[in-house]
Amino acid sequence: MRPYLDLFRRELSLAFRQGGEIGLALGFFVLAVVLFPLGVGPEAEMLRRIGAGIIWVAALLAAVLSLDRLFAADYADGNLDLLALLAMPLEGAVIAKCAAHWVTTGLPLTLISPFLALLLDLDMASLPVLMLGLLIGTPALSLLGAIAAALTLGARRPGVLSSLIVLPLYLPVLIFGAGAVEAGIAGGGARPHLLLLGALSLAALPLAPIATAAALRQALD
Amino acid sequence: MLSRLANPARFMRMSGAVLPALGLATVLVLAIGLYLALFVAPPDYQQGESVRIMFVHVPAAWLALLVYLIVAVASAVALVWRHPLAEIAAQAAAPLGAAFTLVCLVTGSLWGRPMWGTWWAWDARMTSVLVLFFLYLGYIALVNAFDDMGRGARAGSVLALVGVVNLPIIKFSVDWWNTLHQSESVVRLGGPTIDPSMLWPLLVMALGYLLLFKTLLLVRMRTALNERKARALRLAAPQRRAAAVLPDSMPTDATPVPR
Repeated sequence: MRPYLDLFRRELSLAFRQGGEIGLALGFFVLAVVLFPLGVGPEAEMLRRIGAGIIWVAALLAAVLSLDRLFAADYADGNLDLLALLAMPLEGAVIAKCAAHWVTTGLPLTLISPFLALLLDLDMASLPVLMLGLLIGTPALSLLGAIAAALTLGARRPGVLSSLIVLPLYLPVLIFGAGAVEAGIAGGGARPHLLLLGALSLAALPLAPIATAAALRQALD
Repeated sequence: MLSRLANPARFMRMSGAVLPALGLATVLVLAIGLYLALFVAPPDYQQGESVRIMFVHVPAAWLALLVYLIVAVASAVALVWRHPLAEIAAQAAAPLGAAFTLVCLVTGSLWGRPMWGTWWAWDARMTSVLVLFFLYLGYIALVNAFDDMGRGARAGSVLALVGVVNLPIIKFSVDWWNTLHQSESVVRLGGPTIDPSMLWPLLVMALGYLLLFKTLLLVRMRTALNERKARALRLAAPQRRAAAVLPDSMPTDATPVPR
């Protein structure tokens, strides 16, 4: 357990000390949400209806933008080779890195989402569903995103490429995440959507690191 | 079997022998299928003549799924056994699969306009086929994104395997969700619910599509192999020239091996 925690702590302190990393993702998240009222018009009626979808779409995009932080720097300076040589399985290292990535993107996005919900005039009663959905859905974003981040290491234009690869994989998370809030508003009960969202994250937890580690190994040899 | 077919030279010989017959069969079966579909099959009692779009749409959808499965299996073979032809097969098949997916989406849209009154609906089957199209595009883009061809091929193989999760979602989407798209009517428990007078043209068309895919796949694989050979020769040319000028300067066995 010890090496995983060490790696987790290293990733966190890198993210915090390099500064701006977390702020950039958050700033993008807020700006992306703010664009929508300006684009579709400020009628509260409409914003209330599409608010949850906007927040989820912005969260997806913010997650995609932060993906290159996962492996690119370690790949460039050779740390990734050392990581692959460690006694701990690469899959475990991937999980530790994904956990740190989630703490620096998914968690802050979740925490700031109520304020954005206020901007979009979302119903107070649907706030817990939105936050709970983001809380259990964003780990899947980090885990699935790691696959794309690992696959595009060393590629030409990795940013565009990884968004093309990862956004189709993100669709179920978006559908169930936004669907939960909508079902909550419609009175249909958000529970099934949230359960499916949790299932996605739980399925991604063991499976995505296997694919990511396979991608990392072939990037390194 | 697998390793016997791994020899590119043998593949070129065998595929070269099969290709003319395969191409001829494709043209014949597609011609018969189109004739049956357009002239022999009866118009639908509800949909009228526009039901004939089905004979183009449904086989394209089947092929779109089948080709992705083939890409994924070939990718797994390439990753596990480092089979040289499997990588080439996966890369040659992917654009064909993307084309079938696009045909499926476009004809579905054309069919949906008169039948449902809309070009597009965000129902589960359509959305998941659209995702399949993007998976194909992502695979093709990833394979071509590296300077090192082998690296692109291996990254693509991993991605193809990840994308397999989408296949059962597409296949069963119409059964899981109640949507605009009709549910499965050909391959189902209790026999097909489609009339034999329409089923037979449909199956002939499906066979025609399958033959077309195989023909194009072989052509594309042969082209890819020839391209590699040409590349290897081009890379080796300066070395050969240098060796001719200064016979001792370069060991003769240093010809680069193309990946």
